[in-house]
Amino acid sequence: MATISVQELVKNFGTFQAVRNASFAVPDGTFFVMLGPSGCGKTTTLRMIAGLELPTSGRILLDGEDVTFKRASRRDIAFVFQLFALYPHMNVHANIAYPLVSEGVARSDVRLRVEEAARTLRIAHLLDRSVSGLSSGDRQRVALGRAIVRKPKAFLMDEPLGALDTELREAMIAELRALHDRIGATTVYVTHDQMEAMAMADSIAVMNNGVIEQLGPPQEIYDRPASAFVADFIGSPPMNLLPFTGRLSAGQRRVHLGGSALDVPEILEAVAEGEHLLGARPEHVWIDADGALPGEIFGLEYLGTTQIATIETEAGMVKARLSSKQRVTVGETVRLGFDTDRLSLFAAGSRRAIETALRHRRPGRTRAREGAHG
Amino acid sequence: MADIALESVSKRFRDVAAVTDLTLSIADGEFVVLLGPTGAGKTTTLRLVAGLEQPDTGRVLIAGQDATRLPAAARDVAFVFQQYSLYPHLSVFDNLAFPLRAPGRRIDKQAIEARVREVATLLRIDAKLANRATELSGGQMQRVAIGRALVREPQLFLMDEPLSSLDAKLRAELRIELKRIQRELGATILYVTHDQIEAMTMADRIGVMDHGRLVQVGTPREIFESPVNTYVAARLGQPPINLLPAVAFAHCALPAGVATVGARTEHLLVRKAANGEANTGRVHRIEHLGDQDHLHIELGGHSLVTLVEPGSDLAPGDAVSLDLDNPLLFDAAGQRMAA
Repeated sequence: MATISVQELVKNFGTFQAVRNASFAVPDGTFFVMLGPSGCGKTTTLRMIAGLELPTSGRILLDGEDVTFKRASRRDIAFVFQLFALYPHMNVHANIAYPLVSEGVARSDVRLRVEEAARTLRIAHLLDRSVSGLSSGDRQRVALGRAIVRKPKAFLMDEPLGALDTELREAMIAELRALHDRIGATTVYVTHDQMEAMAMADSIAVMNNGVIEQLGPPQEIYDRPASAFVADFIGSPPMNLLPFTGRLSAGQRRVHLGGSALDVPEILEAVAEGEHLLGARPEHVWIDADGALPGEIFGLEYLGTTQIATIETEAGMVKARLSSKQRVTVGETVRLGFDTDRLSLFAAGSRRAIETALRHRRPGRTRAREGAHG
Repeated sequence: MADIALESVSKRFRDVAAVTDLTLSIADGEFVVLLGPTGAGKTTTLRLVAGLEQPDTGRVLIAGQDATRLPAAARDVAFVFQQYSLYPHLSVFDNLAFPLRAPGRRIDKQAIEARVREVATLLRIDAKLANRATELSGGQMQRVAIGRALVREPQLFLMDEPLSSLDAKLRAELRIELKRIQRELGATILYVTHDQIEAMTMADRIGVMDHGRLVQVGTPREIFESPVNTYVAARLGQPPINLLPAVAFAHCALPAGVATVGARTEHLLVRKAANGEANTGRVHRIEHLGDQDHLHIELGGHSLVTLVEPGSDLAPGDAVSLDLDNPLLFDAAGQRMAA
């Protein structure tokens, strides 16, 4: 298998800079996800790794070998697209066998390897079927079969699940990750769907405007976003970002949102006066008679086990994820409490995360929110 | 706006029964969502109301009038599709004004201008009116498509997965917008989706469809808490409901006749088992999805997924005891039984 190393990669299309100085390493066997909104440069980066685009500058190493300007066909990488193009006139076996046949692999080997790939994907019973009659999930499995049958060094996938129904997509997420666990191939996967990223990735690169904003394991990115962009892009609903003004100094443990004083993790650096942001995940906000921030329930979205309450406060709208058993009504006046240890702070202007005790704590679990639902 | 009624409507395409004996009333100003997987008959139902298909049997009433044989153009309904089909060479303003300028409408210029501005403000695209449609983001284009339906002030809106081509973040924003607009206008909306979050957050009532049949209609809470059968139970909930054979919970003293136990997170009491305790399951893995931690448990050859509070001290390999708290019970045919 393979390690992929991307070094100071830049891609310009005319005056538009699609990728700005991207650097990252994908260790052997890693499931690496590039996540970001459309136009952030993730697909362009993937296409450069595949050899479908040439970078303006920078290097790409595959297993230590510089492949930056090597032709796509010589990189020993399999590419899986969103719109899986199967050959409609061929059956499942012939579709999966195609890459091997065109490489001139001996017939008996082709048969064995196609059967092995089909078993891995649990579509062995479909090998003689025509692809035109298949469900979209099975078509996607055949497309994956065509990628894995070559036993390439790495897989590159560009939103392979984008066109599927929600239910099928969730099933395929579990299957793709299980497939990865079985064959352990290095995978670079592009998506705009944070749920796919969180569920499958060993490591995520969050991209915005051609720049990698943060690189790390999913839980790290979720718990300690490096910028307000990442905080807002990940999570459903995303992190609440509440503006407050002030000058921050090291050792400070409290900020003021209008007239409300909120405890925060200890601040570890001095930050000049400006409109900063306090970040709180909806599950770290709760209704608490002794809470620091007063507000009024503006809206409720029922989600079954949980509900999302939108609360109008002097700091703006705040979303809280509550148990559906908790009875709240629109128009009710409440006070909001926060899981102090898990709050983030972002600096005015740069919108980068301010150094706090949260960001310096070793990764690990924090205390449970005992009695949070009152 | 108008109320709608479908009375025993059926529609076949050759040997496929697309919609079978469907009866549904939608009140004036109500937001009803049809939920089901691909092929359940949702879109066909919508097209029957629109007049794009004719039912084989049954009646379609709009505002109390029999519209069954009325052509689509005479029904005064607006249709919003998944793929926004805007005129790329026209400005946002002209795209929005287009339905009002149709020959025969004879609406004067000032009235058109006023109406377009009103709708654009409602959809928060008033700053983009002079832009060409192609200069907009996906979310803005879909707002224009919805706006083109709104300007006409039809009796009824029909929407076929209007948000599914958008990315997750935009979808979440437009969900809230669409609900707000619907409330402000008092609009009657029949909306089709396979996305349970859209159904739960926007619908006054959800209609769950399965192979052309409307299996259950109710508020999101009714559908979630009191599903009539295992099919409906499996449509809502994240993680999905655990549907396990009753034998897996033999230690829980279930009533006679129970074949399947439906257990969501709130129906399961999970705790670390004491040494030597019987009837235990084992923690297989804990999946961190950011806002949710999914606990995967193996119990007598079956697997279960339940939510666990971040900070739980459970770890893979731990033996756990599982008790039930008021679960959903189903008989051998998959029908819900009284608890």
